[in-house]
Amino acid sequence: MSDEQTTGGTPPDEKTPGHGAPDLGNEPSDAGNRVVETLDEIPMGGVPEPGPASGGTGTGLTDMPSAPEQRDEHGGHATSTGISNNKLAMWLFLGSECLLFGGLISTYMLYRGRHSGSLGPDQIFDIPFTSVSSFVLLMSSLTMVLAVSAASRNDLRNTKLWLVITALLGTTFIGGQAYEFTSFYREGLGFTTSLFSSSFYTLTGFHGVHVTVGIIMLLSLVGMLSRNRVPGDRHEVVELVGLYWHFVDIVWIVIFTLVYLIPA
Amino acid sequence: MAIIERPIPATTTPAPAVTPSTSLGVFRRPVAARGWREWVFTVDHKKLGIMYGVTAMAFFIVGGIEALLIRAQLAGPDGKVLSADLYNQMFTMHATSMVFLFAMPMASALANYLIPLQIGARDVAFPRINALGFWAFFFGAIFVNTAWFLGGAADGGWFMYAPNSSVPFSPSHGIDIWAIGLIITGISSQTGAINLIVTVLNMRTKGMSLMRMPVFTWMILVVQFLVLFAIPVITVALVLLIFQREFDATFFSVAEGADPLLWQHLFWIFGHPEVYILVLPAFGIVSEVLPVFAKKPLFGYPFVVFSGAAIGFVGWGVWAHHMFASGLGPVSVAVFSVATMAIAVPTGVKIVNWTLTMWGGKLRFTTAMLFAIGLVVQFTIGGLSGVTHSVAPSDTQQTDTYYIVAHFHYVLFGGAVLGFFAGFYYWWPKIFGKCLNEKLGRWNFWLMAIGMNMTFGPMHIIGLQGQPRRMYVWTEARAGEGFFNLGFWNLISTIGSFILALGVLMFLINVWYTHRKAPPAPLDPWDARTLEWMTTNPPKVHNFDSLPTVHALDEFFHRKYEDVGEGDSHDLRQVATAEDLLAEQEANADHHLHMPSPSYWPIVLAFSLPLIGYGVIYNRLIGVVGVLILVLAAYGWAMEPSVAEDSDYEPELPSGDGPGTALATTGGAE
Repeated sequence: MSDEQTTGGTPPDEKTPGHGAPDLGNEPSDAGNRVVETLDEIPMGGVPEPGPASGGTGTGLTDMPSAPEQRDEHGGHATSTGISNNKLAMWLFLGSECLLFGGLISTYMLYRGRHSGSLGPDQIFDIPFTSVSSFVLLMSSLTMVLAVSAASRNDLRNTKLWLVITALLGTTFIGGQAYEFTSFYREGLGFTTSLFSSSFYTLTGFHGVHVTVGIIMLLSLVGMLSRNRVPGDRHEVVELVGLYWHFVDIVWIVIFTLVYLIPA
Repeated sequence: MAIIERPIPATTTPAPAVTPSTSLGVFRRPVAARGWREWVFTVDHKKLGIMYGVTAMAFFIVGGIEALLIRAQLAGPDGKVLSADLYNQMFTMHATSMVFLFAMPMASALANYLIPLQIGARDVAFPRINALGFWAFFFGAIFVNTAWFLGGAADGGWFMYAPNSSVPFSPSHGIDIWAIGLIITGISSQTGAINLIVTVLNMRTKGMSLMRMPVFTWMILVVQFLVLFAIPVITVALVLLIFQREFDATFFSVAEGADPLLWQHLFWIFGHPEVYILVLPAFGIVSEVLPVFAKKPLFGYPFVVFSGAAIGFVGWGVWAHHMFASGLGPVSVAVFSVATMAIAVPTGVKIVNWTLTMWGGKLRFTTAMLFAIGLVVQFTIGGLSGVTHSVAPSDTQQTDTYYIVAHFHYVLFGGAVLGFFAGFYYWWPKIFGKCLNEKLGRWNFWLMAIGMNMTFGPMHIIGLQGQPRRMYVWTEARAGEGFFNLGFWNLISTIGSFILALGVLMFLINVWYTHRKAPPAPLDPWDARTLEWMTTNPPKVHNFDSLPTVHALDEFFHRKYEDVGEGDSHDLRQVATAEDLLAEQEANADHHLHMPSPSYWPIVLAFSLPLIGYGVIYNRLIGVVGVLILVLAAYGWAMEPSVAEDSDYEPELPSGDGPGTALATTGGAE
C-alpha cells in the first residue's frame, strides 16, 4: 500500500476553499439555486430558516468565515473515505445483522427435520399464502426506492407518500405473519411443540420484529419530516431507513427460500 | 455527523458560561453540566475512556478476588473454603468478570481515549453512541453481578455448555441473568465496534493514510471488526438459551432430539474470535511501547499490521479446536487442527518483529517497557503451549485439564493483562498528566511477573498429571507422590496467586501515591513517536488546537528529529522539542470548534436495558416499564440534534465572535 491516502475520498485540500467563501453548513452547495415551487417542497437539505435561530441577521451567516472542519461535520462531505459516517455505520450494522440471521437460519436448518412425528414443515406451510405476503414485502422495497428517489429530488410530498405506502405494505406482511402464526397454532404447532416449531418461530419471529421496527422507523420518519424535526441531511436519513428496509427484505428472500420453498 | 456543538474559541480564553434556559423535548439538555453531571451526561471520548477504565479496573479486582477464592479452595486437598455450588459460581463469574467486564471494556477504555488522538480527530464519529456503549456496559456489568444477591450467580462455566445450562442442572436465575447481562454488554461492544470502525476509517486527519496509522489503532480496528461479527453469534446463542430456560423451548435438550453441538458451535464461533478480541489490543499497545523505549521504529510495520489482520481473518476458521474431544469426525478435526497451526504463524511474525525492534536499540527499561517485554516473553510461552493443543491427539489428552487453564492464562494474563499494564504506565502521563512512580512500578511488575509464573506455571504440571478443571476439590489419595505430586504444585500455585494479587495492589498504591505526591509530568516524558503526544497532558477538550497534517509514520518523532546519517547509517539530530511543536500548534489554533453536546439519552436508554432483563426473568410489568423508557429515550435521542440548539443556552453575551451562535444552528445527524 502506498503512503498516499489509500481511500478514494475527498482530497484533503478540498476542505480549505471553504475559507472565505459563503458556506452555509446547513445548505448543500447543490441546493443553492433550487426553486421552491410549493410550500410542501422544502429542499431536503434544509433551507436556512429565518428566525431567532440564525441570530436575526441573515447577513451574518453568509459573511462568516467557515472553519475547515465545518464541512466535515455536516453530511460527512469530507470524511476520509468519502462515505458519510452515518451510511458507513449503517452498512456495518447490517453486516453484523447478517451474522445474527446467519446464526438463526443455521439453527433452523439444523432442526427443521426434527419434529418427532408431530407437524412438520411439509404439512404446515401454506406456500401460496406466504408467496403472496412475500410478494407484498418485496413490493415494499420498490416503494421504498421511490421514496428515496423522491427524497433525492427534494419532493417532500411524494417522499412521505411512498414512505407511508411502504409502511402499509410492511404492515400487510406482518398481518399475514400474524395470521399464519395463529393458524399454525390452531393446527397444533405451538412454540414448544418440537425443535422444528421452536426454531421456526424464533427465526421468523426475529424477522417479524425487524420488519416491525422498520415500520416504526418509517412512520416516525414521516412524522418527523412533517414536523421538520429530522436532524441533519434529510435525504440521507430517508436513504438510511431505506437501507435497513431493503436488508430486511433480502433476509426474507433467504428465509422464504430456505424455510418454505426447499422441501424438508 | 456528530461533532458539533456550540462553538468555543480554541484559544486559551475560557468558553462563555452558558446555562440551559429552555427545554428540548422532555428534559432540558445538560449543555453546561458541571460536577458529577458533567461526567454522567458527557459524550467526550476522553471522559468516557476514563469511565470505562475505572469501571473495568473495579471488575478486574472483583474477578481477582474470585480467582483468589478459587485458589484458596484448591490450596490443599479437600478444600473447605467454598462449597461445590459456590465454587461453580466462582469460576464462572471469574471468567465472566475477566473476559466481559474487564478485558473487553479495558480495551474500549484505551481505544476510546487514544484513537481519536492517534488519528488526529477531535472526537469519535458518534459521541452519543459512545456514551450509550459505556452505560450499557456499566449497567450490564452490575446486572450480571446482581445475580449474587438474587439466589446465586451463573454456575455453568463461562462457556455455559448444554445441558449444564438447562434449568434442571441450574435452577437458580443465575444463568438467566448472566445471559441477559451478556446481551446487554454485547450491545455495548456492538455499538462501540461500529463507532470505532467509522472513527478510524472516516475521521483521520489530513495525510493520515491507513499505513501511517499507529499500530495500536490498527489492532483496535481489526478487533472491532471481530467484535462486529462475533457478538451477533453469541447473541443468537444467548437468546436461544433464554428461550429454553424462560419459555420452555428445547434447543439444547438432547432428550428432545436436540443437537448437543449446536451450542458449542455457536459459542465458539464467537468464542475464538473473542480470544483475539482480548489479546490484539495488547499487541497494539506493545507495538507502541517497544519502539519508543528502544528508540527505533517498529521493525517491519507492514508485517505487524498485516499479521494482525491475518490473525483477524484466520481467527474465524479455528473455532472447532475447542471441540476436538466432542467427536466432530476426522475431517473436521484435521482441518481445524491445521488451521490452528497456521494461525500461530502471524502470531510468531509479531514476536519476531518485536524482538527485532529491540535488537540494537537504545533500550530504556522503564516500567512500561518491562511490562511490554514481559508480554513478549509470557505470551510466547502461552503461544507454544497453544501449539500443543492444535495437535488433536495431544489436545484430547489435555482437554478439560489444568494444562488448558495454564495455557490460556499465559496468553490472556501474559498477553492481555501485561499489555494493559504496559499501556497504563505508558499513557498515564497523557491521560492524567502525571507519571506513575517508577520504583513502585518495578515492584508492581516483578511481583506480577513472579506471581503469574508461580500461579500458572505449575498448572502445566498439574494438568499433565491429570487434575481436571472445574473440580472443586482434589483428594490426597489421587495426588501422587514425588516431584509431580499435586499437593506441592497446587500450594505453589496458590501462593503465586497471592503474590500476583500483591502486585496488583502495588499498582493501586502507585495510583494513589502518584495522584497525591507526584509532580506534573513533562510534556513528552518518553520521547514518544505518535500523534497523541502532540498535545497537552491531559489533552484539551478539543484534543488539538489545530489538527496536524501527517507526512509520515511516527509523525511526532519525525517532527522532533532529523536523520542526518548517510546511506544505511542513521544519525538522529533533534530539531524541535515537544514544547516547540505544541507552541507552533497553539499559534495556529482553529477557531470555532464544534464539540459534541452532552445528552441525557444515552444513560436513560442504557438504564432501560437491565429493566427489560429483569422483566423477562421476574415480572413482565418491570419489562413494560423498561420498554417504555427505551421508546422514550429512542425518540428523545432521534429528535435531539447532535448540535445543542441555541434555545438550550442562555443568550450569549455579545462578544467578538459574532457568528458563533449562528454556527451552532447548523444541523448534523447522528
